[in-house]
Amino acid sequence: MNLNELTIKQANEGLKKKEFSSVELTQVCLDNIEKTDEKLKAFITVTKDEALAKAKKVDDAENFENPLSGIPVGIKDIFCTKDIKTTAASKILENYTPPYSSTAVKNLGDDAVIVGKTNMDEFACGSSTETSYFGQTKNPWDLERVPGGSSGGSTASVSADQCIYALGTDTGGSIRQPASLTGVVGLKPTYGRVSRYGVIAMASSLDQVGPVTKTVEDAAIVLKQIASLDKKDSTIVNKDVPDYVNEINKDIKGLKIGIPKEYFIEGIDPEVEKVVKQAIDQLKDLGAEIVDVSLPHTKYGLPVYYIIMPSELSSNLARYDGIRYGSVEPAENLLDQYLKTKATGFGDEVRRRIMVGTYSLSAGYYDAYYLKAQKVRTLIKKDFENVFKQVDCLVTPTTPTPAFKLGEKIEDPITMYLNDVFTVTANIAGLPGVSLPCGMAKPKDGEKELPVGLQIIGKQFDEGTILRVGHQYQQATDWHTKKPNVD
Amino acid sequence: MSLSKEEVEKIAILARLGLTEEEKEKFTTQLSSILDYVEQLKEVKTDGVEPSAQVTGLENVMREDSVEETDKEVRDKLLKQAPKTEDDLIKTKAVFE
Repeated sequence: MNLNELTIKQANEGLKKKEFSSVELTQVCLDNIEKTDEKLKAFITVTKDEALAKAKKVDDAENFENPLSGIPVGIKDIFCTKDIKTTAASKILENYTPPYSSTAVKNLGDDAVIVGKTNMDEFACGSSTETSYFGQTKNPWDLERVPGGSSGGSTASVSADQCIYALGTDTGGSIRQPASLTGVVGLKPTYGRVSRYGVIAMASSLDQVGPVTKTVEDAAIVLKQIASLDKKDSTIVNKDVPDYVNEINKDIKGLKIGIPKEYFIEGIDPEVEKVVKQAIDQLKDLGAEIVDVSLPHTKYGLPVYYIIMPSELSSNLARYDGIRYGSVEPAENLLDQYLKTKATGFGDEVRRRIMVGTYSLSAGYYDAYYLKAQKVRTLIKKDFENVFKQVDCLVTPTTPTPAFKLGEKIEDPITMYLNDVFTVTANIAGLPGVSLPCGMAKPKDGEKELPVGLQIIGKQFDEGTILRVGHQYQQATDWHTKKPNVD
Repeated sequence: MSLSKEEVEKIAILARLGLTEEEKEKFTTQLSSILDYVEQLKEVKTDGVEPSAQVTGLENVMREDSVEETDKEVRDKLLKQAPKTEDDLIKTKAVFE
Protein backbone atom coordinates (compact mmCIF):
# COMPACT_ATOMS: atom_id res chain seq x y z
CA MET A 1 0.00 0.00 0.00
CA ASN A 2 1.26 3.48 -0.87
CA LEU A 3 1.51 6.00 1.96
CA ASN A 4 -1.04 8.35 0.38
CA GLU A 5 -3.65 5.56 0.55
CA LEU A 6 -3.51 5.45 4.35
CA THR A 7 -6.30 6.60 6.63
CA ILE A 8 -5.70 9.21 9.35
CA LYS A 9 -5.62 6.47 11.96
CA GLN A 10 -3.10 4.37 10.04
CA ALA A 11 -0.93 7.39 9.19
CA ASN A 12 -0.90 8.56 12.81
CA GLU A 13 0.16 5.08 13.99
CA GLY A 14 2.91 4.95 11.35
CA LEU A 15 4.22 8.38 12.34
CA LYS A 16 4.23 7.43 16.03
CA LYS A 17 6.14 4.22 15.33
CA LYS A 18 8.51 6.08 12.98
CA GLU A 19 7.72 3.71 10.13
CA PHE A 20 7.80 6.81 7.92
CA SER A 21 8.14 10.56 8.39
CA SER A 22 5.61 13.31 7.78
CA VAL A 23 7.92 14.61 5.02
CA GLU A 24 7.75 11.23 3.25
CA LEU A 25 3.97 11.03 3.66
CA THR A 26 3.52 14.63 2.44
CA GLN A 27 5.87 14.12 -0.52
CA VAL A 28 3.90 11.06 -1.71
CA CYS A 29 0.66 13.07 -1.59
CA LEU A 30 2.25 16.00 -3.44
CA ASP A 31 3.68 13.64 -6.08
CA ASN A 32 0.23 12.17 -6.59
CA ILE A 33 -1.29 15.65 -6.93
CA GLU A 34 1.32 16.46 -9.55
CA LYS A 35 0.59 13.22 -11.39
CA THR A 36 -3.21 13.33 -11.33
CA ASP A 37 -4.39 16.89 -10.84
CA GLU A 38 -3.99 18.00 -14.42
CA LYS A 39 -6.85 15.58 -15.14
CA LEU A 40 -8.84 15.95 -11.92
CA LYS A 41 -8.42 19.67 -11.16
CA ALA A 42 -9.31 19.02 -7.52
CA PHE A 43 -7.07 21.85 -6.29
CA ILE A 44 -7.18 25.59 -6.93
CA THR A 45 -3.92 26.22 -5.05
CA VAL A 46 -1.24 23.67 -4.11
CA THR A 47 0.96 24.79 -1.19
CA LYS A 48 3.89 22.48 -1.84
CA ASP A 49 6.72 24.42 -0.16
CA GLU A 50 4.70 25.40 2.91
CA ALA A 51 3.49 21.79 3.31
CA LEU A 52 6.99 20.31 3.15
CA ALA A 53 8.37 22.95 5.54
CA LYS A 54 5.57 22.19 8.01
CA ALA A 55 6.10 18.43 7.69
CA LYS A 56 9.80 18.89 8.43
CA LYS A 57 8.95 20.92 11.54
CA VAL A 58 6.53 18.22 12.72
CA ASP A 59 9.10 15.47 12.17
CA ASP A 60 11.64 17.42 14.23
CA ALA A 61 9.19 17.95 17.11
CA GLU A 62 8.19 14.23 17.17
CA ASN A 63 4.89 14.95 18.91
CA PHE A 64 1.95 13.01 17.48
CA GLU A 65 -0.47 13.34 20.42
CA ASN A 66 -2.86 15.26 18.17
CA PRO A 67 -3.96 12.55 15.69
CA LEU A 68 -3.89 15.11 12.85
CA SER A 69 -0.26 16.20 13.39
CA GLY A 70 1.84 15.76 10.29
CA ILE A 71 -1.10 14.45 8.22
CA PRO A 72 -1.65 16.03 4.76
CA VAL A 73 -5.04 17.74 4.45
CA GLY A 74 -6.87 19.52 1.63
CA ILE A 75 -8.91 22.57 2.63
CA LYS A 76 -11.93 23.70 0.62
CA ASP A 77 -11.16 27.13 -0.80
CA ILE A 78 -14.01 28.66 1.20
CA PHE A 79 -12.04 28.52 4.50
CA CYS A 80 -9.86 31.52 5.21
CA THR A 81 -6.28 30.31 5.58
CA LYS A 82 -3.68 32.74 6.88
CA ASP A 83 -1.38 33.97 4.10
CA ILE A 84 -2.76 31.38 1.64
CA LYS A 85 -4.93 32.66 -1.21
CA THR A 86 -8.65 32.03 -0.56
CA THR A 87 -10.95 32.51 -3.56
CA ALA A 88 -14.29 30.73 -2.94
CA ALA A 89 -13.68 29.69 -6.59
CA SER A 90 -14.79 33.17 -7.68
CA LYS A 91 -13.15 35.71 -9.96
CA ILE A 92 -14.18 38.42 -7.50
CA LEU A 93 -11.77 36.95 -4.89
CA GLU A 94 -9.05 35.69 -7.25
CA ASN A 95 -6.39 37.78 -5.48
CA TYR A 96 -7.65 37.61 -1.92
CA THR A 97 -5.20 36.47 0.76
CA PRO A 98 -6.67 36.54 4.27
CA PRO A 99 -4.49 37.62 7.21
CA TYR A 100 -6.08 35.05 9.55
CA SER A 101 -7.33 31.45 9.56
CA SER A 102 -10.85 30.19 10.19
CA THR A 103 -11.45 28.56 13.59
CA ALA A 104 -12.04 25.11 12.03
CA VAL A 105 -8.65 25.23 10.27
CA LYS A 106 -6.96 26.48 13.46
CA ASN A 107 -8.55 23.61 15.39
CA LEU A 108 -6.75 21.06 13.19
CA GLY A 109 -3.71 22.19 15.17
CA ASP A 110 -0.45 24.00 14.41
CA ASP A 111 0.98 20.76 13.07
CA ALA A 112 -1.64 20.14 10.37
CA VAL A 113 0.03 19.88 6.96
CA ILE A 114 -2.10 21.81 4.43
CA VAL A 115 -1.26 20.55 0.93
CA GLY A 116 -3.60 22.98 -0.81
CA LYS A 117 -6.96 24.61 -1.27
CA THR A 118 -9.55 22.45 -3.00
CA ASN A 119 -11.84 23.37 -5.86
CA MET A 120 -15.55 24.02 -5.37
CA ASP A 121 -18.59 25.59 -6.96
CA GLU A 122 -18.30 29.38 -6.90
CA PHE A 123 -19.31 30.55 -3.39
CA ALA A 124 -20.57 26.96 -2.88
CA CYS A 125 -23.39 27.59 -5.38
CA GLY A 126 -23.76 24.30 -7.23
CA SER A 127 -23.99 20.52 -7.02
CA SER A 128 -21.29 19.62 -9.57
CA THR A 129 -18.21 21.88 -9.07
CA GLU A 130 -18.89 23.12 -12.61
CA THR A 131 -19.50 26.73 -11.53
CA SER A 132 -15.89 27.21 -10.33
CA TYR A 133 -14.12 30.12 -12.06
CA PHE A 134 -10.90 28.06 -11.98
CA GLY A 135 -12.02 25.04 -14.00
CA GLN A 136 -14.08 21.90 -13.55
CA THR A 137 -13.15 19.13 -11.08
CA LYS A 138 -13.65 15.67 -12.59
CA ASN A 139 -14.87 12.51 -10.89
CA PRO A 140 -11.91 10.13 -10.27
CA TRP A 141 -14.19 7.14 -11.03
CA ASP A 142 -15.06 8.44 -14.52
CA LEU A 143 -13.40 11.56 -15.89
CA GLU A 144 -16.45 12.34 -18.03
CA ARG A 145 -18.58 12.79 -14.93
CA VAL A 146 -18.96 15.40 -12.18
CA PRO A 147 -17.68 14.77 -8.65
CA GLY A 148 -20.77 16.46 -7.21
CA GLY A 149 -20.57 19.69 -5.31
CA SER A 150 -20.06 22.09 -3.94
CA SER A 151 -17.17 20.42 -2.04
CA GLY A 152 -16.30 18.39 -5.17
CA GLY A 153 -12.58 19.23 -5.01
CA SER A 154 -12.36 18.02 -1.40
CA THR A 155 -14.11 14.71 -2.10
CA ALA A 156 -12.31 14.06 -5.42
CA SER A 157 -8.92 14.67 -3.78
CA VAL A 158 -9.64 12.24 -0.92
CA SER A 159 -11.11 9.69 -3.34
CA ALA A 160 -7.98 9.87 -5.54
CA ASP A 161 -5.64 9.73 -2.50
CA GLN A 162 -4.15 13.16 -3.18
CA CYS A 163 -4.45 13.85 0.54
CA ILE A 164 -5.40 11.82 3.62
CA TYR A 165 -8.51 13.85 4.43
CA ALA A 166 -10.12 17.19 3.64
CA LEU A 167 -12.42 19.83 5.06
CA GLY A 168 -15.64 20.86 3.32
CA THR A 169 -18.80 22.84 4.01
CA ASP A 170 -22.39 21.69 3.63
CA THR A 171 -25.34 24.08 3.17
CA GLY A 172 -27.79 21.76 1.39
CA GLY A 173 -25.72 18.62 0.84
CA SER A 174 -22.39 20.08 -0.30
CA ILE A 175 -20.32 17.56 1.70
CA ARG A 176 -22.60 14.51 1.59
CA GLN A 177 -23.65 14.63 -2.08
CA PRO A 178 -20.10 14.83 -3.53
CA ALA A 179 -18.90 12.27 -0.96
CA SER A 180 -21.59 9.93 -2.28
CA LEU A 181 -20.69 10.57 -5.94
CA THR A 182 -16.95 9.98 -5.38
CA GLY A 183 -17.14 7.05 -2.93
CA VAL A 184 -15.79 8.64 0.25
CA VAL A 185 -17.16 9.53 3.69
CA GLY A 186 -18.64 13.01 4.23
CA LEU A 187 -20.02 14.29 7.51
CA LYS A 188 -22.21 17.34 8.06
CA PRO A 189 -22.37 17.93 11.81
CA THR A 190 -25.29 19.54 13.65
CA TYR A 191 -25.75 23.27 12.97
CA GLY A 192 -23.89 24.94 15.84
CA ARG A 193 -21.39 22.13 16.42
CA VAL A 194 -18.39 23.49 14.45
CA SER A 195 -17.52 27.19 14.24
CA ARG A 196 -18.25 29.01 10.98
CA TYR A 197 -15.88 31.89 11.85
CA GLY A 198 -13.60 32.57 8.90
CA VAL A 199 -15.65 30.43 6.53
CA ILE A 200 -16.87 32.56 3.63
CA ALA A 201 -20.61 32.72 4.30
CA MET A 202 -23.13 31.31 1.85
CA ALA A 203 -26.42 30.87 3.79
CA SER A 204 -25.77 31.57 7.45
CA SER A 205 -28.67 29.62 8.99
CA LEU A 206 -27.77 26.48 6.99
CA ASP A 207 -23.94 26.43 6.54
CA GLN A 208 -21.92 23.91 8.51
CA VAL A 209 -18.29 22.73 8.41
CA GLY A 210 -17.40 19.04 8.23
CA PRO A 211 -14.75 16.46 7.33
CA VAL A 212 -14.28 14.41 4.15
CA THR A 213 -12.46 11.15 4.94
CA LYS A 214 -11.79 7.58 3.81
CA THR A 215 -13.48 5.95 6.81
CA VAL A 216 -16.18 6.86 9.31
CA GLU A 217 -13.63 6.38 12.09
CA ASP A 218 -11.49 9.14 10.53
CA ALA A 219 -14.55 11.43 10.37
CA ALA A 220 -14.98 10.84 14.13
CA ILE A 221 -11.32 11.73 14.73
CA VAL A 222 -11.58 15.00 12.75
CA LEU A 223 -14.91 16.04 14.28
CA LYS A 224 -13.48 15.67 17.78
CA GLN A 225 -10.69 18.10 16.79
CA ILE A 226 -12.71 20.75 14.96
CA ALA A 227 -15.77 20.99 17.24
CA SER A 228 -15.29 23.70 19.83
CA LEU A 229 -16.85 26.73 21.44
CA ASP A 230 -15.92 29.96 19.69
CA LYS A 231 -16.72 33.44 20.94
CA LYS A 232 -16.46 34.59 17.32
CA ASP A 233 -19.43 32.40 16.26
CA SER A 234 -22.44 33.13 18.46
CA THR A 235 -24.46 30.28 16.90
CA ILE A 236 -22.24 27.62 18.49
CA VAL A 237 -24.22 25.70 21.09
CA ASN A 238 -22.49 24.98 24.40
CA LYS A 239 -22.67 21.18 24.47
CA ASP A 240 -20.03 18.67 25.45
CA VAL A 241 -18.03 17.23 22.57
CA PRO A 242 -18.03 13.49 23.29
CA ASP A 243 -15.18 11.09 22.61
CA TYR A 244 -16.61 9.95 19.27
CA VAL A 245 -13.88 7.40 18.62
CA ASN A 246 -14.90 5.59 21.77
CA GLU A 247 -18.64 5.78 21.03
CA ILE A 248 -18.40 4.30 17.54
CA ASN A 249 -16.97 1.04 18.83
CA LYS A 250 -20.22 0.10 20.56
CA ASP A 251 -22.37 -2.37 18.61
CA ILE A 252 -25.78 -1.42 17.18
CA LYS A 253 -27.84 -4.31 18.62
CA GLY A 254 -31.36 -3.09 19.39
CA LEU A 255 -30.74 0.36 17.89
CA LYS A 256 -33.88 1.62 16.14
CA ILE A 257 -33.24 2.79 12.58
CA GLY A 258 -36.06 4.55 10.71
CA ILE A 259 -36.53 4.23 6.96
CA PRO A 260 -38.54 7.25 5.73
CA LYS A 261 -40.78 6.17 2.84
CA GLU A 262 -40.57 9.62 1.20
CA TYR A 263 -36.89 8.96 0.37
CA PHE A 264 -37.67 5.96 -1.84
CA ILE A 265 -39.69 7.78 -4.46
CA GLU A 266 -40.25 7.73 -8.19
CA GLY A 267 -37.17 9.13 -9.92
CA ILE A 268 -34.70 7.22 -7.77
CA ASP A 269 -32.39 5.04 -9.87
CA PRO A 270 -33.46 1.38 -9.37
CA GLU A 271 -29.83 0.26 -8.95
CA VAL A 272 -29.27 2.89 -6.26
CA GLU A 273 -32.42 1.76 -4.48
CA LYS A 274 -31.30 -1.88 -4.63
CA VAL A 275 -27.84 -1.13 -3.22
CA VAL A 276 -29.24 1.02 -0.39
CA LYS A 277 -31.78 -1.67 0.53
CA GLN A 278 -28.97 -4.23 0.71
CA ALA A 279 -27.14 -1.90 3.11
CA ILE A 280 -30.28 -1.67 5.26
CA ASP A 281 -30.42 -5.50 5.36
CA GLN A 282 -26.80 -5.49 6.49
CA LEU A 283 -27.65 -3.11 9.36
CA LYS A 284 -30.47 -5.48 10.31
CA ASP A 285 -27.99 -8.38 10.35
CA LEU A 286 -25.84 -6.32 12.72
CA GLY A 287 -28.74 -6.28 15.17
CA ALA A 288 -30.50 -2.99 14.40
CA GLU A 289 -34.27 -2.85 14.43
CA ILE A 290 -35.60 -1.44 11.15
CA VAL A 291 -38.73 0.73 11.45
CA ASP A 292 -40.77 2.22 8.58
CA VAL A 293 -41.46 5.91 9.24
CA SER A 294 -42.89 8.91 7.42
CA LEU A 295 -41.68 12.50 7.06
CA PRO A 296 -44.70 13.97 5.27
CA HIS A 297 -43.23 17.41 4.40
CA THR A 298 -40.12 15.99 2.69
CA LYS A 299 -41.14 17.11 -0.79
CA TYR A 300 -41.24 20.73 0.35
CA GLY A 301 -37.60 20.61 1.48
CA LEU A 302 -36.15 21.72 -1.84
CA PRO A 303 -38.56 24.63 -2.45
CA VAL A 304 -37.97 25.83 1.14
CA TYR A 305 -34.22 25.57 0.54
CA TYR A 306 -34.38 27.45 -2.77
CA ILE A 307 -36.01 30.42 -1.03
CA ILE A 308 -34.10 30.55 2.27
CA MET A 309 -30.65 29.84 0.81
CA PRO A 310 -30.75 32.48 -2.00
CA SER A 311 -32.24 35.04 0.42
CA GLU A 312 -29.41 34.61 2.90
CA LEU A 313 -26.87 34.36 0.06
CA SER A 314 -28.02 37.63 -1.53
CA SER A 315 -27.52 39.36 1.80
CA ASN A 316 -24.12 37.74 2.48
CA LEU A 317 -22.72 38.40 -0.99
CA ALA A 318 -23.69 42.09 -0.97
CA ARG A 319 -20.32 42.76 0.69
CA TYR A 320 -18.36 41.95 -2.49
CA ASP A 321 -18.38 45.48 -3.83
CA GLY A 322 -14.74 45.82 -4.87
CA ILE A 323 -14.01 48.54 -2.31
CA ARG A 324 -12.33 46.90 0.70
CA TYR A 325 -11.02 43.78 -1.05
CA GLY A 326 -11.54 41.73 -4.18
CA SER A 327 -11.41 42.74 -7.79
CA VAL A 328 -12.88 46.01 -9.05
CA GLU A 329 -13.82 47.30 -12.49
CA PRO A 330 -13.13 50.92 -13.49
CA ALA A 331 -16.27 53.07 -13.73
CA GLU A 332 -17.63 56.62 -13.86
CA ASN A 333 -19.50 56.61 -10.56
CA LEU A 334 -20.17 54.39 -7.55
CA LEU A 335 -23.35 52.71 -8.83
CA ASP A 336 -21.71 52.00 -12.16
CA GLN A 337 -18.71 50.53 -10.32
CA TYR A 338 -20.95 48.16 -8.35
CA LEU A 339 -22.80 47.06 -11.47
CA LYS A 340 -19.63 46.39 -13.47
CA THR A 341 -17.70 44.76 -10.62
CA LYS A 342 -20.48 42.30 -9.81
CA ALA A 343 -21.26 41.65 -13.48
CA THR A 344 -17.71 40.49 -14.22
CA GLY A 345 -16.83 39.17 -10.73
CA PHE A 346 -19.73 36.72 -10.25
CA GLY A 347 -20.66 33.78 -12.47
CA ASP A 348 -24.15 32.88 -13.75
CA GLU A 349 -25.33 30.58 -10.95
CA VAL A 350 -24.26 33.01 -8.22
CA ARG A 351 -26.05 35.89 -9.96
CA ARG A 352 -29.14 33.74 -10.50
CA ARG A 353 -29.32 32.95 -6.80
CA ILE A 354 -28.64 36.55 -5.74
CA MET A 355 -31.57 37.64 -7.90
CA VAL A 356 -33.93 34.95 -6.55
CA GLY A 357 -32.96 36.01 -3.02
CA THR A 358 -33.30 39.71 -3.73
CA TYR A 359 -36.74 39.08 -5.21
CA SER A 360 -38.03 36.95 -2.33
CA LEU A 361 -36.84 39.50 0.24
CA SER A 362 -38.19 42.53 -1.61
CA ALA A 363 -41.18 44.61 -0.51
CA GLY A 364 -44.45 42.96 -1.47
CA TYR A 365 -43.00 39.46 -1.87
CA TYR A 366 -41.42 38.85 1.55
CA ASP A 367 -44.54 37.27 3.13
CA ALA A 368 -45.32 35.06 0.14
CA TYR A 369 -41.79 33.73 -0.21
CA TYR A 370 -39.32 34.15 2.66
CA LEU A 371 -41.81 34.11 5.55
CA LYS A 372 -43.78 31.24 4.00
CA ALA A 373 -40.56 29.23 3.57
CA GLN A 374 -39.60 29.87 7.21
CA LYS A 375 -42.99 28.53 8.32
CA VAL A 376 -42.68 25.38 6.23
CA ARG A 377 -39.17 25.03 7.69
CA THR A 378 -40.86 24.72 11.09
CA LEU A 379 -43.09 21.91 9.76
CA ILE A 380 -40.11 20.00 8.31
CA LYS A 381 -38.29 20.30 11.63
CA LYS A 382 -41.38 19.02 13.47
CA ASP A 383 -41.56 15.98 11.14
CA PHE A 384 -38.09 14.98 12.32
CA GLU A 385 -38.87 15.67 16.00
CA ASN A 386 -41.86 13.34 15.68
CA VAL A 387 -39.97 10.41 14.11
CA PHE A 388 -37.08 10.80 16.56
CA LYS A 389 -39.57 9.90 19.32
CA GLN A 390 -39.74 6.44 17.71
CA VAL A 391 -36.25 5.86 16.28
CA ASP A 392 -32.58 6.64 17.07
CA CYS A 393 -31.56 7.63 13.54
CA LEU A 394 -32.70 7.49 9.91
CA VAL A 395 -31.16 5.80 6.88
CA THR A 396 -31.74 6.97 3.27
CA PRO A 397 -29.94 7.12 -0.07
CA THR A 398 -27.69 10.22 -0.21
CA THR A 399 -28.60 11.02 -3.83
CA PRO A 400 -31.24 9.67 -6.23
CA THR A 401 -28.65 8.72 -8.90
CA PRO A 402 -24.92 8.05 -9.22
CA ALA A 403 -22.63 10.74 -10.72
CA PHE A 404 -24.02 12.43 -13.84
CA LYS A 405 -22.11 13.60 -16.90
CA LEU A 406 -20.26 16.92 -17.14
CA GLY A 407 -22.39 19.61 -18.77
CA GLU A 408 -25.57 17.53 -18.52
CA LYS A 409 -27.43 19.75 -16.03
CA ILE A 410 -25.54 23.03 -15.96
CA GLU A 411 -27.98 24.94 -18.20
CA ASP A 412 -31.06 23.62 -16.40
CA PRO A 413 -31.01 24.91 -12.79
CA ILE A 414 -34.04 22.96 -11.54
CA THR A 415 -32.72 19.56 -12.70
CA MET A 416 -29.42 20.38 -11.01
CA TYR A 417 -31.20 21.37 -7.79
CA LEU A 418 -33.08 18.03 -7.67
CA ASN A 419 -29.77 16.30 -6.89
CA ASP A 420 -29.99 17.67 -3.35
CA VAL A 421 -33.52 16.38 -2.69
CA PHE A 422 -32.39 13.87 0.01
CA THR A 423 -29.77 16.08 1.68
CA VAL A 424 -31.37 19.55 2.12
CA THR A 425 -33.78 18.50 4.85
CA ALA A 426 -30.95 17.86 7.36
CA ASN A 427 -29.74 21.45 6.85
CA ILE A 428 -33.25 22.85 7.12
CA ALA A 429 -33.73 21.07 10.47
CA GLY A 430 -30.10 21.56 11.62
CA LEU A 431 -29.49 17.80 11.94
CA PRO A 432 -26.22 15.88 11.54
CA GLY A 433 -25.90 13.61 8.51
CA VAL A 434 -23.15 11.39 7.16
CA SER A 435 -22.74 9.77 3.75
CA LEU A 436 -20.66 6.63 3.29
CA PRO A 437 -20.09 4.30 0.33
CA CYS A 438 -22.47 1.30 0.35
CA GLY A 439 -22.05 -0.28 -3.09
CA MET A 440 -21.59 0.29 -6.79
CA ALA A 441 -24.14 0.92 -9.53
CA LYS A 442 -23.99 1.15 -13.30
CA PRO A 443 -25.52 4.45 -14.45
CA LYS A 444 -28.28 4.41 -17.08
CA ASP A 445 -26.03 6.19 -19.57
CA GLY A 446 -22.70 4.42 -19.08
CA GLU A 447 -20.73 1.22 -18.60
CA LYS A 448 -18.40 2.13 -15.73
CA GLU A 449 -19.65 1.25 -12.26
CA LEU A 450 -19.95 4.22 -9.90
CA PRO A 451 -20.13 4.52 -6.11
CA VAL A 452 -23.45 4.84 -4.26
CA GLY A 453 -23.78 6.61 -0.91
CA LEU A 454 -25.81 5.70 2.17
CA GLN A 455 -26.99 8.64 4.27
CA ILE A 456 -27.51 8.37 8.02
CA ILE A 457 -29.33 11.29 9.68
CA GLY A 458 -29.35 11.74 13.45
CA LYS A 459 -30.84 13.84 16.22
CA GLN A 460 -29.31 17.27 16.87
CA PHE A 461 -25.90 16.93 18.56
CA ASP A 462 -26.07 13.13 18.33
CA GLU A 463 -23.24 12.68 15.80
CA GLY A 464 -22.09 9.81 18.04
CA THR A 465 -24.98 7.56 16.96
CA ILE A 466 -24.72 8.15 13.20
CA LEU A 467 -20.95 7.69 13.27
CA ARG A 468 -21.42 4.51 15.29
CA VAL A 469 -23.88 3.06 12.77
CA GLY A 470 -21.54 4.00 9.91
CA HIS A 471 -18.46 2.60 11.60
CA GLN A 472 -20.17 -0.68 12.52
CA TYR A 473 -21.33 -0.98 8.89
CA GLN A 474 -17.76 -0.43 7.68
CA GLN A 475 -16.47 -3.07 10.11
CA ALA A 476 -18.74 -5.60 8.36
CA THR A 477 -18.28 -4.45 4.73
CA ASP A 478 -15.46 -3.32 2.46
CA TRP A 479 -17.07 -0.79 0.07
CA HIS A 480 -14.98 1.99 1.62
CA THR A 481 -11.77 0.25 0.58
CA LYS A 482 -12.58 0.37 -3.15
CA LYS A 483 -10.42 2.82 -5.09
CA PRO A 484 -10.85 4.53 -8.45
CA ASN A 485 -8.20 4.09 -11.11
CA VAL A 486 -7.36 7.58 -12.36
CA ASP A 487 -5.88 7.35 -15.84
CA MET B 1 -45.11 32.72 -11.84
CA SER B 2 -43.62 34.38 -14.82
CA LEU B 3 -41.38 37.42 -14.50
CA SER B 4 -41.16 40.13 -17.11
CA LYS B 5 -37.86 41.42 -18.46
CA GLU B 6 -38.58 44.75 -16.71
CA GLU B 7 -38.93 42.96 -13.36
CA VAL B 8 -35.60 41.20 -13.90
CA GLU B 9 -34.00 44.57 -14.68
CA LYS B 10 -35.45 45.99 -11.45
CA ILE B 11 -34.18 43.06 -9.34
CA ALA B 12 -30.74 43.31 -10.92
CA ILE B 13 -30.52 47.00 -10.03
CA LEU B 14 -31.64 46.29 -6.44
CA ALA B 15 -28.90 43.63 -6.22
CA ARG B 16 -26.37 45.92 -7.96
CA LEU B 17 -25.76 43.32 -10.67
CA GLY B 18 -25.00 44.49 -14.17
CA LEU B 19 -26.59 42.33 -16.91
CA THR B 20 -26.16 42.29 -20.68
CA GLU B 21 -29.25 42.21 -22.92
CA GLU B 22 -28.64 38.55 -23.65
CA GLU B 23 -28.33 37.75 -19.94
CA LYS B 24 -31.56 39.59 -19.19
CA GLU B 25 -33.40 37.29 -21.61
CA LYS B 26 -31.78 34.14 -20.22
CA PHE B 27 -32.32 35.05 -16.58
CA THR B 28 -35.96 36.04 -17.22
CA THR B 29 -36.72 32.48 -18.35
CA GLN B 30 -34.59 30.78 -15.70
CA LEU B 31 -35.79 32.89 -12.77
CA SER B 32 -39.40 32.33 -13.83
CA SER B 33 -38.90 28.56 -13.78
CA ILE B 34 -37.25 28.68 -10.34
CA LEU B 35 -40.12 30.79 -8.96
CA ASP B 36 -42.60 28.36 -10.55
CA TYR B 37 -40.87 25.53 -8.75
CA VAL B 38 -40.97 27.17 -5.30
CA GLU B 39 -44.64 28.14 -5.81
CA GLN B 40 -45.62 24.64 -4.64
CA LEU B 41 -45.20 25.89 -1.06
CA LYS B 42 -48.55 27.63 -1.53
CA GLU B 43 -50.33 24.29 -1.10
CA VAL B 44 -48.95 23.85 2.46
CA LYS B 45 -51.26 25.03 5.25
CA THR B 46 -49.23 27.23 7.61
CA ASP B 47 -51.96 29.01 9.60
CA GLY B 48 -50.73 29.46 13.15
CA VAL B 49 -47.26 28.03 12.36
CA GLU B 50 -44.35 30.04 13.76
CA PRO B 51 -41.53 30.82 11.29
CA SER B 52 -38.07 29.32 12.03
CA ALA B 53 -35.09 31.63 11.54
CA GLN B 54 -32.76 29.25 13.32
CA VAL B 55 -33.10 25.72 14.61
CA THR B 56 -31.08 25.09 17.76
CA GLY B 57 -33.18 27.19 20.12
CA LEU B 58 -30.56 29.81 20.96
CA GLU B 59 -31.80 33.25 21.95
CA ASN B 60 -29.96 36.56 21.72
CA VAL B 61 -26.34 35.75 22.48
CA MET B 62 -24.76 38.90 23.90
CA ARG B 63 -21.22 40.02 24.54
CA GLU B 64 -19.61 43.11 26.06
CA ASP B 65 -19.66 46.05 23.68
CA SER B 66 -15.94 46.67 23.94
CA VAL B 67 -13.29 47.58 21.40
CA GLU B 68 -10.48 45.12 20.78
CA GLU B 69 -7.26 46.33 19.23
CA THR B 70 -6.28 44.61 16.01
CA ASP B 71 -2.76 43.43 15.55
CA LYS B 72 -0.77 45.90 13.41
CA GLU B 73 0.35 43.11 11.11
CA VAL B 74 -3.25 42.00 10.51
CA ARG B 75 -4.35 45.61 10.03
CA ASP B 76 -1.67 46.27 7.43
CA LYS B 77 -2.46 43.08 5.58
CA LEU B 78 -6.17 43.95 5.56
CA LEU B 79 -5.50 47.41 4.16
CA LYS B 80 -3.33 45.89 1.47
CA GLN B 81 -6.37 43.96 0.20
CA ALA B 82 -8.15 47.16 -0.80
CA PRO B 83 -7.86 48.04 -4.49
CA LYS B 84 -7.32 51.75 -3.67
CA THR B 85 -5.92 53.31 -0.51
CA GLU B 86 -4.46 56.63 0.61
CA ASP B 87 -2.64 57.10 3.95
CA ASP B 88 -4.19 54.06 5.64
CA LEU B 89 -7.64 54.97 4.34
CA ILE B 90 -9.66 53.03 1.79
CA LYS B 91 -10.56 55.13 -1.23
CA THR B 92 -13.86 54.92 -3.03
CA LYS B 93 -16.01 56.95 -5.40
CA ALA B 94 -18.23 59.65 -3.91
CA VAL B 95 -21.40 58.31 -2.30
CA PHE B 96 -23.25 61.64 -2.77
CA GLU B 97 -23.03 63.54 -5.99
